[in-house]
Amino acid sequence: MKIDRFEKIFMLLGVGVLIAGLIAIAISVIHYGIHLPSPDGRIAPAEVRATSPFDEPGVYETGDGEYEVIMLAETWRFVPDEVRVPAGSEVTFRIASPDVVHGMLIEKTAVNVMIIPGQISEVTHTFDEPGEHLFVCHEYCGTGHHLMSGRVVVE
Amino acid sequence: MSTAATTVNHAATRDEAHVETDQQMWTIKGQLITSLAALGLGGFIGMFQAIERIQITLPPFGPFENYYQGLTFHGVLLAFVFTFGFANSFVSWTTMRGFGRPLRSNMLAQGSFWLLLGGTVLGAIILTLNEATVLFTFYAPMQAHSTFYLAAVFLVLSTWATLANIVLTYRAWRAEHPTEAVPLMGFVSITTYIMWGLASLGVAILVLGMLLPWSLGIMDNTDPQLGRTLFWLTGHAIVYFWLLPVYISWYMMIPKQVGGRLYSDGLTRFVFILFLLFSIPTGLHHQYTDPGIHEGMKSIHLLLTFVIFYPSLITAFTIMAALEHGGRRAGGKGLFGWVMALPWNNPAVVAQLLAMLVFTLGGVTGLVNASLTVNMVIHNTAFVPGHFHLTVGTAVALSVLGICYWFVPYLLQKPLFSPKLALWQAWLWAIGVLIFSRGQMSGGLDAQPRRTMLGEASYSLPGWEVANWLTAIGGVVMTISGLLFFVVMIGTFLNKRAETPEERGALDPPMPDPPIHDHRKSWKVFDRLGFWTLVAFILILIAYIPVLMLYLPAEFSSPGVRVW
Ligand code: HEM
Ligand SMILES: [Cu+2]
Ligand SMILES: [Cu+2]
Repeated sequence: MKIDRFEKIFMLLGVGVLIAGLIAIAISVIHYGIHLPSPDGRIAPAEVRATSPFDEPGVYETGDGEYEVIMLAETWRFVPDEVRVPAGSEVTFRIASPDVVHGMLIEKTAVNVMIIPGQISEVTHTFDEPGEHLFVCHEYCGTGHHLMSGRVVVE
Repeated sequence: MSTAATTVNHAATRDEAHVETDQQMWTIKGQLITSLAALGLGGFIGMFQAIERIQITLPPFGPFENYYQGLTFHGVLLAFVFTFGFANSFVSWTTMRGFGRPLRSNMLAQGSFWLLLGGTVLGAIILTLNEATVLFTFYAPMQAHSTFYLAAVFLVLSTWATLANIVLTYRAWRAEHPTEAVPLMGFVSITTYIMWGLASLGVAILVLGMLLPWSLGIMDNTDPQLGRTLFWLTGHAIVYFWLLPVYISWYMMIPKQVGGRLYSDGLTRFVFILFLLFSIPTGLHHQYTDPGIHEGMKSIHLLLTFVIFYPSLITAFTIMAALEHGGRRAGGKGLFGWVMALPWNNPAVVAQLLAMLVFTLGGVTGLVNASLTVNMVIHNTAFVPGHFHLTVGTAVALSVLGICYWFVPYLLQKPLFSPKLALWQAWLWAIGVLIFSRGQMSGGLDAQPRRTMLGEASYSLPGWEVANWLTAIGGVVMTISGLLFFVVMIGTFLNKRAETPEERGALDPPMPDPPIHDHRKSWKVFDRLGFWTLVAFILILIAYIPVLMLYLPAEFSSPGVRVW
C-alpha cells in the first residue's frame, strides 16, 4: 500500500501518543492505588430492607480509624444521608438499592459509583482533611432525582 | 434488476437518470425530513433544559409535564431519530452514487422510511402521554410502557432495512463487476452499516429478549446489570454510527468542495476497517463504575478504547492534508496561508470546517472520559453532556447542517436561500456550543450531576452558578443558530426551481475525484468485506464472552418500577 512519508510519520506518532497515554494511566492507577468498583455480592431488591446488613443502615466503626457505612440508595434519598467521621478515617461504603438504578458521587473525592438493583456496590475512601463533602445521586432515578443528596462531615 | 420502471428524478445527466429513481428518491427525502424535524423539536427542548438551570422555567416545563419528560424527548429525538434518519438518507444516497446503480430493493428503501416514521410517531405518542419518562437510555428496572420498547424496535429495524438494502446493492454490483475494486464511496458506506448491524445486536437482544416481554408482563423480573452491559455493547459503537456518515462527507465531499484531493485510497479503507473492527469491543468504558463487572475486564476495554481513538487520529491528519492541498491550489502560501485560502464563503464547507475544529476538542475530552482514573471524577457529571455536545451535538450535527446546505438544494433542485444567513448559522453554533460546553464541563469538574433538574435541586455548590449561566447562554445561542438553519431550509423550499442548465449545474453534488494514490495502490485484502465482518464478530465474542462468563448466573430479581 502506498502511504506518503508524512502520513507514515503521523501514523507512528499517533501510536506513540496513545501508548504514552496508556502508560500514564497505568502509572496513575498503580501510584494512587485506584480501584474501580468490582463485584461485591448480590442482593435481590425486594430483600434489601430485610437482609443484614442493609436492614440496619448506618455508620459503624470497624477498627482503628476504619469505618463502614451501610447505605440504602432509594427513591429519593440516601439512608443515612449524613455521615460523620473523624479526619484521617478510612471509610468503606456498602450500598444497595431496593428499587431503581442510582448513583453516588462524593464531591472532592474520586468516589463515583453506580448503585444497581441486584448488586452491592462497595467503595473506599480516606478522608484526610476536616470539612464537608456534598454527595449526590448522579443517575436519573425519577421525578425526585434532584432531591437526592447527603453529606459527609469530616471532624 | 428492480428498476424496470425507472422514472427519472431530475434528468440532469444520464448517469443520475440511471441511478436515482423516483421510487427511491422520495424515501431519501422522507428520511431526511423526519431527521431534521427531530433535530428541530429536540433542539428546541434543549433550550429549556439549558435555561432551567438559571431558574427560568416556563410552567409546565415547556410543552411537557416535567423536566425529565422533556429530557427523554431530547435524548430520543436527537440520539436516535435525527441520527438514524440522516444516516439512512445520506448513506443510501452515497451507496447509490458509490456503486453507480439504484438500491437493489424499492421495498426495503420504502420500508426503512415507514419504520422510521412509525417508530418516531409511536415513541412521540407514548412520551407525550408521560408513560415512558425513562430517558433515552431506558435503564431497567425503570419500566416504560411496552409501546416505548416497540418504538425502539421500529427505529432499529429501519436501520436494518437500509443495511440489508446496502448489502444487496453491493452484491448486485459485485455480480456485474466480478473483478473490480469496490468503489471507495461504496466501501465507506457499506462498512459504516455493517459496523452498526453488528453493534445493534446488543440492544436488539436487550429489547427483544428482556425488556419488551418484561413490559408486557410475560416476564416478572429483569436483571438491570446484565441489561446495562447489553445496552453499552451497542451504546459506545452507536457513536460511530452517528459519526461515520459525517466522515463519509469529510473524506468524500469536503476535499472536492475545497478544491483539493484525498491522498490515499488505501488509508481511507484502513480507517473504516478499523472502525468496523474496534468500535464495538469497547463498551465497558461506559461501565467503569458499575458494581457487577469485573475490574480486569474494564481494563481490557480501556485498552481497546485507545485503539478506537486511532482511526480518528489518522482522519484528523488525512482530512487536514486534503484541506491543505485545496488551500494551496487556491493560492494559499506559507505555513498557514492555505487556511485563509479555503472557501470561507461557502456555508456547506464552513459548517463542516467548524465542526472539525470543535471535534478536536471533543476528541480530547473523550480521551479524558476514557482514562479510567479521570473518569472516576467526571463519570455521570455535567462534564459528559459537555463532551458529547462537542461530538454528536456539533461534530455530527453541525456537519449535517453543512451537508444539508448542498444536499437539500440538490434534492429539491432549488438554490440555497441566503447563504449569508447560513454562514451566520454555522459560526453562531460553533460559538454557542463552546460557551455551552465550557459551562457544562466546569460544572462537571465541580461534581455537578448530569440529567438533573438543577434549578429545583435541593443542593448546590458555589462553583455552579457561573457554570449554569454559561450553559444557559451557550444554549440560547445554539437555539438561535438552529432557528436560522430552519429559516434557510424553508427559504430554500420556497425558492424557484432551477431551470437553465447553468442553474442546474450549480446544484450538482460535490462528487469525489479519485484519491492521489488510488485503489491500484491499496491492499486488495481490504475489499474482503465478508472476512472483515467475521473478524469483527469474533472480536466482539472475545471481548464479551469473558465478561458474561464472569457475570453469570444472571440476577433476574428486579420487578419493573415507575418513578415518574
Ligand atoms: C439548541 C441546542 C441544544 C441545547 C441547548 C441542548 C441542551 C442540553 C442540555 C442542557 C442537556 C443536559 C441535560 C441534563 O443533563 O440534565 C442535554 C442533554 C443531551 N443532549 Fe442536548 N442540547 C442541544 C442540542 C443537542 C444536539 C444537536 C444533540 C445531538 C445530536 C443533543 C444530544 C443530547 C443528548 C443525547 C443528551 C443526553 C440526554 C440524557 O442525558 O438523557 N443535544 N442537552
Ligand atoms: Cu437519582
Ligand atoms: Cu463510549
